[in-house]
Amino acid sequence: MSKYLLRRLLILIPALFGISLVLFTILALAPGDPFEELATNPNVPPEVRANLRAQFGLDDPIAVRYVRWVTAMLKGDWGFSFVSRVNVSTLIMQRLPTTLFVLGTAQLLGLLVALPIGIYSAVRPYSIFDQIATTFAFIGFSLPTFFTGLLFILFFSIHLDWLPFIYRADLTSTGWRWAWEMARQAIMPIAVLGLAQGAAMTRFVRSAVLEVVRLDYVNTARSKGLSEKITILKHVVRNALIPVVTLVALQIPGIFTGAVITEQIFRVPGIGSLLISAILSNDTPVIMSITFVFSALVLLFNLVADLVYGWLDPRISYR
Amino acid sequence: MANGTVTEVVLERAPALTRRPPESLAAEAWRRFRKHRLATFGAAALAIMVFAVLAGPLIYRVPINEIDFKAKLKGPSWAHPMGTDDLGQDILARMLYGGRISLAVGVAAMLIALTVGTAVGALSGHAGGVVDHTLMRITDLFLALPPLPLLLLIVYLFRDVLKKALGPEAGVFIMIVVVIGGLRWMPVARLVRAQFLSLREKEFVEAARSLGARPFRQVIRHILPNAVGPVIVAGTLDVAAAILAESTLSFLGLGFPPDIPTWGRILFDAKDNLDFAPHWAIFPGTAIFLTVLSINYLGDGLRDALDPRKVL
Repeated sequence: MSKYLLRRLLILIPALFGISLVLFTILALAPGDPFEELATNPNVPPEVRANLRAQFGLDDPIAVRYVRWVTAMLKGDWGFSFVSRVNVSTLIMQRLPTTLFVLGTAQLLGLLVALPIGIYSAVRPYSIFDQIATTFAFIGFSLPTFFTGLLFILFFSIHLDWLPFIYRADLTSTGWRWAWEMARQAIMPIAVLGLAQGAAMTRFVRSAVLEVVRLDYVNTARSKGLSEKITILKHVVRNALIPVVTLVALQIPGIFTGAVITEQIFRVPGIGSLLISAILSNDTPVIMSITFVFSALVLLFNLVADLVYGWLDPRISYR
Repeated sequence: MANGTVTEVVLERAPALTRRPPESLAAEAWRRFRKHRLATFGAAALAIMVFAVLAGPLIYRVPINEIDFKAKLKGPSWAHPMGTDDLGQDILARMLYGGRISLAVGVAAMLIALTVGTAVGALSGHAGGVVDHTLMRITDLFLALPPLPLLLLIVYLFRDVLKKALGPEAGVFIMIVVVIGGLRWMPVARLVRAQFLSLREKEFVEAARSLGARPFRQVIRHILPNAVGPVIVAGTLDVAAAILAESTLSFLGLGFPPDIPTWGRILFDAKDNLDFAPHWAIFPGTAIFLTVLSINYLGDGLRDALDPRKVL
């Protein structure tokens, strides 16, 4: 297991290198000076601008600039925000937990929706339940998150007036009251993101279980007298989940699309909404860093998927 | 003699089999496609939508930018079937016009994704060796990039220059189409490469090769036409994904400018008025949803229709 983990971690290095190369190429190809805004921005004194130019070495050859940029990123020196004049890393670290909380809970909700529905659908294919579930899954994964978000606000906040539609990080209450307010404000963003994920995953789970459930070893399990519950949960699902993990891992980069949108709609103070506001205020260091953090998160989640893979399929972990 | 009788018996017992004229590939695909009822509905809905945005502005001749403050934020009525926005502009007229852009972005981005993907996949699958390895690593790298943050980064860095160079409409259109298409070619490349790897060992390609067909001709005439089924399906789904990507960008306020009311852009303008003008958001949102749903069903039907191994 540890050897497997180590190998996976080593693969991350060229991947991170590739991503940094892509991001830097985009930045370098961009016409004009990315710090041009500073010249016209009265809030930024000229020395700061000159310092920045020196820090980023904008007049050096491109290879030198790349190496310098990468080493700075590796050292955790991500520059500072033009707008709020704090270190970019501080800014991101303040907001990253919120994003991870919303994303993680939404993934969990998606799994809790997808696993039972997908499995039950596949065990009784073409039944009424299956047809309804399949239709809803299809609708759910065709519904854009920005529209579901607006519909949720329209229904639950405006029509019923049950839930607040603005997420606040600075809740003043404490204890149970804090937990209650937190839950109330987090439920809509998590539901929007989680249901979209759940709809896509339901389709994966259903088709994977459908493949496995007619294999011979499942008949063997049944005919040796195992209960239906044990047969499905212990024999079918574990094997069916292997391709599901692959498909979910392929979906990971797309999850962040949903995260940016929900954060923007519900004003969740995470790095997604920070990215949008940074773009609107031309805050280049923040934009570059957040894009890099998102890419790194994709790699991290892929690593998690690989570990789950090793756990589900014992043949992998010993290789 | 024995052989003859068997054939005769078979012919006699299965008259339908012999009388049916040989079908072309397209005709057979169409026959199979029609069996997928929801896909047929999807195709019909999509056809209606395309017709509406193409012919709609010619029939429904209300200007998209006529400002009328007396009629602002009105719900649907006979004068304004989908209501009006905060400037009193007619939403139906804007939807019909914006729909053209939304659908055009989808199709154009799909064409770019298919072209790049097919070229990379074909090159990779046909050349093999170092070329294949390098191209596949690049494909893997692009697959690991989060599309929306990258899209936003590129839009942020390049939009002003392109606007200056090509004008606000064409500049934004070209940029959005190229970037969306340029971030969606990877699945197609993998698909085409996989098809190539299996097809290039097949006998008919070997036959073409032994008859002296050059590599380019082998690829264009013999391999690509056989690899086209999955590519069509992927292309169909890419249209939906591209429409969603454009709507997302516009919804975040970073896509088209307000004078080009794509569906996502209308939603962006509408989202702060949800409490007193819900119709403003519901119509464009529903249009995006129905388009994507129809295309996804269409893709599902095409997948069944174009997969010869699947018995229908």
